[in-house]
Amino acid sequence: MTLRVDYRTLIEPIVERALHRPDHPSVVLVSEDGSEETVTASQFLANAADYAAALRSAGIQPRDIVVLVMRQSKELLSALWGALYLGAIPSIFPFLSEKLDRTLYMEQVRVLVAHSGARAVIAFPEFKPDLAALLEGVPCRILATDEVRRESGVETPPPPHEATPESVALLQHSSGSTGLQKGVALSHRAILNQVRSCGRALALSADDVIVSWMPLYHDGGLIAGCIIPLVTGVPLVLISPFHWVRDPKVLFHAVHRHRGTITWLPNFAYNHCARNVRESDLAGLDLSRWRLVNAAEPARWDSHRLFLERFGPYGLKEGALTVAYGMAEATLIVTATPISEPPHVDWVETRALHEGRAVPAAPEAAGSTPMTSCGFPIEGAEIGIVDDEGRRVPERHLGEVVLRASSLFSGYHLRPDLDAKVLRDGWYFTGDMGYLADGQLYVPGRKDDLIIVGGKNIYPNDLEAIANEVPGVRPGRAVAFGVPDPELGTNEAVMVCEVDSAAGPERTRRIESELRRRIAQQTEVTLHDVRLMDRPWLIKTSSGKLARAANREKYLREYGRS
Amino acid sequence: MDAQEMRDRLRDFVRSEFLHKPDYPLADDEPLITGGLIDSFALAQVGVFVENAFGVYLPDTDLTVANMDTIERMTACILRARR
Repeated sequence: MTLRVDYRTLIEPIVERALHRPDHPSVVLVSEDGSEETVTASQFLANAADYAAALRSAGIQPRDIVVLVMRQSKELLSALWGALYLGAIPSIFPFLSEKLDRTLYMEQVRVLVAHSGARAVIAFPEFKPDLAALLEGVPCRILATDEVRRESGVETPPPPHEATPESVALLQHSSGSTGLQKGVALSHRAILNQVRSCGRALALSADDVIVSWMPLYHDGGLIAGCIIPLVTGVPLVLISPFHWVRDPKVLFHAVHRHRGTITWLPNFAYNHCARNVRESDLAGLDLSRWRLVNAAEPARWDSHRLFLERFGPYGLKEGALTVAYGMAEATLIVTATPISEPPHVDWVETRALHEGRAVPAAPEAAGSTPMTSCGFPIEGAEIGIVDDEGRRVPERHLGEVVLRASSLFSGYHLRPDLDAKVLRDGWYFTGDMGYLADGQLYVPGRKDDLIIVGGKNIYPNDLEAIANEVPGVRPGRAVAFGVPDPELGTNEAVMVCEVDSAAGPERTRRIESELRRRIAQQTEVTLHDVRLMDRPWLIKTSSGKLARAANREKYLREYGRS
Repeated sequence: MDAQEMRDRLRDFVRSEFLHKPDYPLADDEPLITGGLIDSFALAQVGVFVENAFGVYLPDTDLTVANMDTIERMTACILRARR
């Protein structure tokens, strides 16, 4: 059965489904205690309308920005769609974890509110006092979830705000002080174009069931694991990310129980599942209907192999693993490999790849690297590879990936200066390095120093700024970069810092503890390795700046594991 | 197996598997996750290790940062689950 996707705004399908298929199970929420709650189409709309009414009574208008500081829950879904119902612009903030420092976390909420000009924050009641103190004097209302009146079924809510397709539907931020200043603004039209072309690329149908654990503050969780199912009417089974992280079997049990057919996972998740699901938790599972989409960080051939070896015996098919490539600025994806067949693996000479060319090599030959294809451009998307001057490069030559897409963002919220850096003549410059071969895209790395850990973007300058404040670290003598970890199937963040030459082993250890603690509590990043040097070690450029790439190479030469 | 032996095996596991520094002087009460030494993804790996090494199945409700943040707390949690 084909899906209807000819909507003008995100809220239209929600209203229509509540009217025509009120008992349709829109979302199943799996709680951490294992219990489940099903939200029907009519309940879903009623919950959203309740939040819209609460926001309206708080004085929030269409096009106002509303920040959602909430854990993955029914309330978060209701608040998100409630803001959309009102025509306000929601932005989901990552929820406080046990690792983050609460005070510093709250400060980040304040920074986001200040940068985005948000007019309201929706949070759980336990956060209200802190937020009220923090936002005193700021023209931003704080709405606690227990203040939302449940009118569901009592009165007919006023009709939703009639947004135009071009109007901004929502903002997406990545975390950290750098990411918070880059709010990706997506219009209704861009998002619906993505729903349509992504749905076609994956042959999404009414028989599908989407199972997701990805956090809603991430484009994978928000678009693939929330908006695509709710717009198309494909049932969504939603798991808490915290729950999946500490016991990945919950995903497999949910797929089995609900006959799940599609899940999106960043590459590291394949390794996490293959290594950390306990054998005793897998007995009797049927994974034969399941398809997976590897996105959000470079797909690795060995991760797919590991996953298939572990879960093939439970019915998982070799053609079940699709790869896609995209970013929040393109709503979600712009390329995907053909479904029902394994992604193409391009074996290339490792040395030539470092020099910028993808020279074919024999599979598994010494000195070769397997590059997993990201597939072909999806409908409405066009990909190019350019050199530093913006000129197209030939096939199998490495360059920056540029793209045009019908799902492209409207710009960074209130940051035309950033738009000018990445948008030129309608092309978006991604900062990813890639090459094309036989029409398929391959993405071996980044042009800049961005570290992608488990699908999360980490800006090295954020980590270095924290290190520079740690007593004992020589100011300006700290560098952060990413190194691949094949066991984990992702990149890991590493720091090298110079410390006072007379530090000694005991003090050096204390500096390391302090650095690790601060980085974890302020950014949620766990450093894979810390090297503190009591001698000049770091390489600087001729202009006196720290050269991250050169220091990364030096680190790998001296301390690399393989 | 007594508590001390369990602590020592957990310490060796954390040092070799996560820290990649077999001689790191890891104290029983040193915060692992909140201290930025290991990631919360390690919780699942601890669950697998505990089942294989001690024959104890820790339910997912036990695999929390609060229960697993130090060697001492991990040991206490495993001993509770074993009973």
